[in-house]
Amino acid sequence: MSRVLVPCHVKGSVALQLQEITFKNYYTAFLSIRVRQYTSAHTPAKWVTCLRDYCLMPDPHSEEGAQEYVSLFKHQMLCDMARISELRLILRQPSPLWLSFTVEELQIYQQGPKSPSVTFPKWLSHPVPCEQPALLREGLPDPSRVSSEVQQMWALTEMIRASHTSARIGRFDVDGCYDLNLLSYT
Amino acid sequence: MLQEESDLSLIIAQIVQKLKGSNLYSQLERQAWASLQRPEIKLESLKEDIKEFFKISGWEKKLQNAVYSELSVFPLPSHPAAPPEHLKEPLVYMRKAQGSWEKRILKSLNSMCTELSIPLARKRPVGEQKELLNKWNEMGTDEPDLSLFRPVYAPKDFLEVLINLRNPNYENGDSLSFRTHLGLIQVPLKVKDIPELKECFVELGLNIGQLGIDDSTQVPPELFENEHVRIGQKVLAEQDSAAAQQYIRQGSPTALRAELWALILNISSQPEDVLYYEQLKTNVIQHDLLVDSLIYKDVKLTASNDDYYFVFEDYLYQVLLCFSRDTSVLSHFAFNSASPPKSYIRGKLGLEEYAVFYPPNGVIPFHGFSMYVAPLCFLYHEPSKLYQIFREMYVRFFFRLHSISSHPSGIVSLCLLFETLLQTYLPQLFYHLREIGAQPLRISFKWMVRAFSGYLATDQLLLLWDRILGYNSLEILAVLAAAVFAFRAVNLMEVTSLAAAENLAAHSEQFCTAPLFPELYRVQIPCTAELRQKEECSLLDSKSHSTEQRS
Repeated sequence: MSRVLVPCHVKGSVALQLQEITFKNYYTAFLSIRVRQYTSAHTPAKWVTCLRDYCLMPDPHSEEGAQEYVSLFKHQMLCDMARISELRLILRQPSPLWLSFTVEELQIYQQGPKSPSVTFPKWLSHPVPCEQPALLREGLPDPSRVSSEVQQMWALTEMIRASHTSARIGRFDVDGCYDLNLLSYT
Repeated sequence: MLQEESDLSLIIAQIVQKLKGSNLYSQLERQAWASLQRPEIKLESLKEDIKEFFKISGWEKKLQNAVYSELSVFPLPSHPAAPPEHLKEPLVYMRKAQGSWEKRILKSLNSMCTELSIPLARKRPVGEQKELLNKWNEMGTDEPDLSLFRPVYAPKDFLEVLINLRNPNYENGDSLSFRTHLGLIQVPLKVKDIPELKECFVELGLNIGQLGIDDSTQVPPELFENEHVRIGQKVLAEQDSAAAQQYIRQGSPTALRAELWALILNISSQPEDVLYYEQLKTNVIQHDLLVDSLIYKDVKLTASNDDYYFVFEDYLYQVLLCFSRDTSVLSHFAFNSASPPKSYIRGKLGLEEYAVFYPPNGVIPFHGFSMYVAPLCFLYHEPSKLYQIFREMYVRFFFRLHSISSHPSGIVSLCLLFETLLQTYLPQLFYHLREIGAQPLRISFKWMVRAFSGYLATDQLLLLWDRILGYNSLEILAVLAAAVFAFRAVNLMEVTSLAAAENLAAHSEQFCTAPLFPELYRVQIPCTAELRQKEECSLLDSKSHSTEQRS
């Protein structure tokens, strides 16, 4: 078994609050992750294993799982993922059959900041007491009835727009014409 | 458990999205509106009452069947970062191999087009349209000159491509290692071994009744057959797809097979479906495609020459010509490693608004393609139903037999499974055949690519296809191929050439499919008395088969 420590070393200048790691596997069988967290200035930071031998390929000699996309989340880790200064990925591939192995398209997601509180303008939170509407001339329809009907129609159009079907129409020609050139190679 | 919950809600959302565009959705809506008239539906508990109504009236079952069908056909949603090509085929080198194979096919078709000066597609003049409409039900009587046409490819060409398939990251060195592939397939896909197959195909075990063995004349029907038929009738009465799929693993009684297959494939002939088929027929009449000539040639070369299927020649044209025009087949390319060929309207090369797929369904037929349809003609006589069943069988199973992919039911995995089974459990036979230059896969490849159609007696073939539907997998084809070799092992050890081996193995029309499954289980514990008994059984059947032919 070749134990190659691939230099997957991520060093951050800011403390990382890890949420998710996403990558594309390329023939790695097992993955371990170790982190070093920020501590107070005097105690030296130690490496802590947060994921131990996570299996990416159930059979290291065969292709199953060899090129899959994988996501790892905070709740799968063995330790707390707050305030991370360094992250190390350790890849293992015990089978001698593969020429190389790695992970690709590595992406690390942080916990998003909480949405800031918005202060509402005063007139929204304290509406002015409504005035009496002016009497309309006769012959015109009742405005509240009209507005409720318009609202219903709007709701219907929204519903139709929302239930967009993906069913095909079935036409294979363009405006009735299906005279073709040769087949295209691209 | 957050991950599993979010996966589940993603699957549910995907299925709901798919079903929303379907006929069933509008039918359910109509039923729900109509049910408001009923006295038991109360306004306060509207939702629960309507649900209860659906349950009683059988609509819930229809919805369950539709959901089950979606789950069986469509793969699970992939990782959000994965591009659409990844869903078609996760391994990059296989995608590339499929791409270059397709390019070869396109070049071949283009050169045929230019050599013969025949357009890929043309609109039929009105006179010709009328003529075709008149002889729609007897297109077999037509004898067009097809001598200049040749099939785009044959299974043996495809086998050469699979033999040359290599993973660039794999140690393909000359030195023998513990994983050297002695067979023709050189890619390390994961295939099941016999213990895993036994677990997977548990209903085919020796202690469980099977149609095909336990309904033969020597066995009293009270032991198994009567009860099995009774259960089949009950399953049909319940109209439950999942139950039907489980039931059919032990084989289907002949009388119930057509309905059972339709239930499992979730096909119910609605007026809309008949209308859709008529629309396809109109498309055939209006436009003439080069692919039509390929279909004609294929039917004339294969099905018309087959003792069992020549009577269905007209049906085959009616199904296959319409199949080529069916754009709904294009949706299966989302999970097929193949891609539909593209072309442009004459004079508009390169303009995307004038890009079309050719043929409209994206599938170019190869030599033997019509044999996928032929056995179905025994079950379905109404053209639109026959068409629907074939289309569903194609987008669920048959497409995997002629495209390069790493799927466990894909042809590459089936070939590797066959070779691995043979090497592991019949090493002497495998070595002997290899030594005489008769690699076993060269013999069995054409059986598997055609799903044994044309290589087995029809009743045996239908029993085999029962199991394909029951297990929703094509692995049974590789197991059967290995079992045929196991059965003929003693004789095969004595052959000295590929031709003789082919000849011996080709006489498989006498085979009973069902006894051969436990055959492979028994390879590990040889029991000559049982083998002799099975041989007698198959000889008896072959005798009765030959007497039928004579009379």
